Amino acid sequence: MKPRHKRIAIIVGCLASLGIAAFFVLNALNSNIALFYTPSQVAAGEAPKERVFRIGGLVKSGTVKRNEMTIRFVVTDTAKEIPVAFTGILPDLFKEGKGVVAQGKLGADGQFVASEVLAKHDENYMPPEAKHAVDQAGKTANTLKQ
Amino acid sequence: MIPELGHFAIILALLVAVVQGVLPLLGAHRNDSAWIGLARPAAQAQWLLLLIAFGCLTYAFIANDFSVQYVAEHSNSQLPTVYRIAAVWGGHEGSLLLWVLLLASWTLAVSLLSRALPEVMVARVIGVLGLVSCGMLLFILLTSSPFERLLDIPQDGRDLNPLLQDPGLVIHPPMLYMGYVGFSVAFAFAIAALLSGSLDATWARWSRPWTLAAWIFLTLGIGLGSWWAYYELGWGGWWFWDPVENASFMPWLFGTALIHSLAVTEKRGAFKNWTVLLAIGAFSLSLLGTFLVRSGVLTSVHAFATDPRRGIFILTFLVLVIGSSLLLFAWRAPKVGLGGRFALMSRETLLLMNNVLLVVACGSVLLGTLYPLIIDALGLGKISVGPPYFQAVFVPLMIPLLFLIAVGPTARWKQASVGDMTVRLRIAFAIALAAGIGLPFILGSWTPLVGLGVLLAIWICVSAIVQIRERFQKSGNPPPAFWGMQLAHLGIAVFVIGVTLVKGYETEKDVRMAPDDTVEVGGYTIRLLGVKDAMGPNYRASVGDLELSKDGKLLRTLHPEKRAYFSSAMPMTEAAIDTGFTRDVYVSLGEPVGVEDGSGAWSVRVHHKPFVDWIWGGCLLMALGGLVAASDRRYRLQSRFSAGIPSALKGATS
Repeated sequence: MKPRHKRIAIIVGCLASLGIAAFFVLNALNSNIALFYTPSQVAAGEAPKERVFRIGGLVKSGTVKRNEMTIRFVVTDTAKEIPVAFTGILPDLFKEGKGVVAQGKLGADGQFVASEVLAKHDENYMPPEAKHAVDQAGKTANTLKQ
Repeated sequence: MIPELGHFAIILALLVAVVQGVLPLLGAHRNDSAWIGLARPAAQAQWLLLLIAFGCLTYAFIANDFSVQYVAEHSNSQLPTVYRIAAVWGGHEGSLLLWVLLLASWTLAVSLLSRALPEVMVARVIGVLGLVSCGMLLFILLTSSPFERLLDIPQDGRDLNPLLQDPGLVIHPPMLYMGYVGFSVAFAFAIAALLSGSLDATWARWSRPWTLAAWIFLTLGIGLGSWWAYYELGWGGWWFWDPVENASFMPWLFGTALIHSLAVTEKRGAFKNWTVLLAIGAFSLSLLGTFLVRSGVLTSVHAFATDPRRGIFILTFLVLVIGSSLLLFAWRAPKVGLGGRFALMSRETLLLMNNVLLVVACGSVLLGTLYPLIIDALGLGKISVGPPYFQAVFVPLMIPLLFLIAVGPTARWKQASVGDMTVRLRIAFAIALAAGIGLPFILGSWTPLVGLGVLLAIWICVSAIVQIRERFQKSGNPPPAFWGMQLAHLGIAVFVIGVTLVKGYETEKDVRMAPDDTVEVGGYTIRLLGVKDAMGPNYRASVGDLELSKDGKLLRTLHPEKRAYFSSAMPMTEAAIDTGFTRDVYVSLGEPVGVEDGSGAWSVRVHHKPFVDWIWGGCLLMALGGLVAASDRRYRLQSRFSAGIPSALKGATS
């Protein structure tokens, strides 16, 4: 092979592997994104039925119930509420009245079955998703008042 | 008084950094030996000043000076002294001070260990490092001074985040930062070479040990971080594809590519432009990591504050660094020339494939990390990209890379023969194939991923044996660089075994346990005896008492803890781990679930993790390999200015 052909072969090889990689990457990205919804959005039926997604808000005080390893609680954005069920051990910072983010699927009965409740690292820290949900609900309430 | 002294030392350090960043570079340009000579003393003075500043901050922590805001926010009079010292880098401001101190230390090392280099080159390298230092020192002085005083002095400090009160934190950040900041040296060498216009094998030979040193620290830092997360976060995971972890992993991927590319540049004079780009990229990714972690756009244990000014400053700095170096590259690169030619099938090509795979892997991590931020910034909603994405992308990219690790070193430079390599490696491949098919059955059950992982790991090991044998037959005792490469590749194999087997065979159980209940994982029986209260220096704990036994024989007792620190309402899980060569048994306490019925039951997390410690063992081996390679005397020999043709002809080592 001439040097020029070699160089072309290398470039074509690189481009081909880049193309394959890009395909894998975008494909994986597309099927592994978890969208975020606020309890109000879920209540309005905007959340997907079959796909995994995230909700965030505050754990409503007095709603945490335990039954063996299953924990049920209510997540609220101060406007709407979503019942959540989770089986397993909650992160250290899960607390009534504090912010929480959960990932999972919406069951047929309107209960959110969480596969993961996200641990955050600081007690004074509000997960941005949870804050966003409460802020959104607050904004909607203000608009309605006006 | 002491804090003001520290602040003053930082201001002086900035002035020195300006001198260090401007005069030697101008001197090198105008060939003014007086200005060139300023580089070393300036670097040493800057280091001394920053050491003083760092000492002042440490003193404020040890002396519990809560009039300093940073101390008040990150320490507490009850905090043990070791953690008060570690708390110096437990927050944003202090960790930045550590960053610049380490930068100054690397610069000091360059100034002391570069006697063999031409003065002009040293002046340029130290000058570029001085400019980087200017940027970071300005950042500290303008937005994040650790020496700010409080007018209203609190009685006691707010305490260090309990998660960070751990021996792992004492060493993890300095290691990681040494790695991050170390790439600035490789970057400075690349920029200096671009400025001088002589990108040749000599430049690559100077650059290699420094790049290796940074890479060693980064490898250790990432490994330590992963180990810390495993035993401290209480979930039993060792890597979460958390954006902050990715921020440290991306420079590592680029750095690994850079090490290999530098080898080609040194031995064959090829890939020069590409090597320069990788050096710029590795350092830019380190800065990007600092930006992501420190700006507060990410949310994690590492993101300390959300001050938008800080984010904007680092982002501007990042754009300046990347922009100006790429501009310089675009201006200089066309003059560089292409270097040695090579055939399509040659070690150069295989190393090029290694580079492409590593860079693509890095790009996919970058995409997954930045995508949610971009979508959010554009106001298109909030999304998260989870571990499944990274696994789906990473595994297919790593398979060819792992396959090539075993092949690359057996290929000749310039022109290799596929037939010849097949003959040399066919027995190795047969052994690996047999292991991939057979071993999983012995360990448990056969799954495609476990089979493939074992195959690749054994493939790397057996091929290493073949290479070592051939090497001895050919020419006596190989140089340290060869052994370093073999050790690091062996580290990869050990790491792959660890990841594969822990993914394939781990058992995780979250169970409710009342006293005297037992649970079985991986052939081990765990019995809960009870949970008692205990006191620590600055916390109260519930301590579990569990018995670990196998086949009716008691092995040991485990004591996982649930801690409540006095200074914060935040509970902390301390796992108890029985570490073994081939498996870990991991127990952590959830919460009391038998309060109502009075049974004293707790929710308990029990994991059996086969070969999990091999993951960190692999990281250690890689770092050790780097160390051995960097110790090669070749790098410290008086440099030959007539580019490295002789070494290129010598041939076939790493």
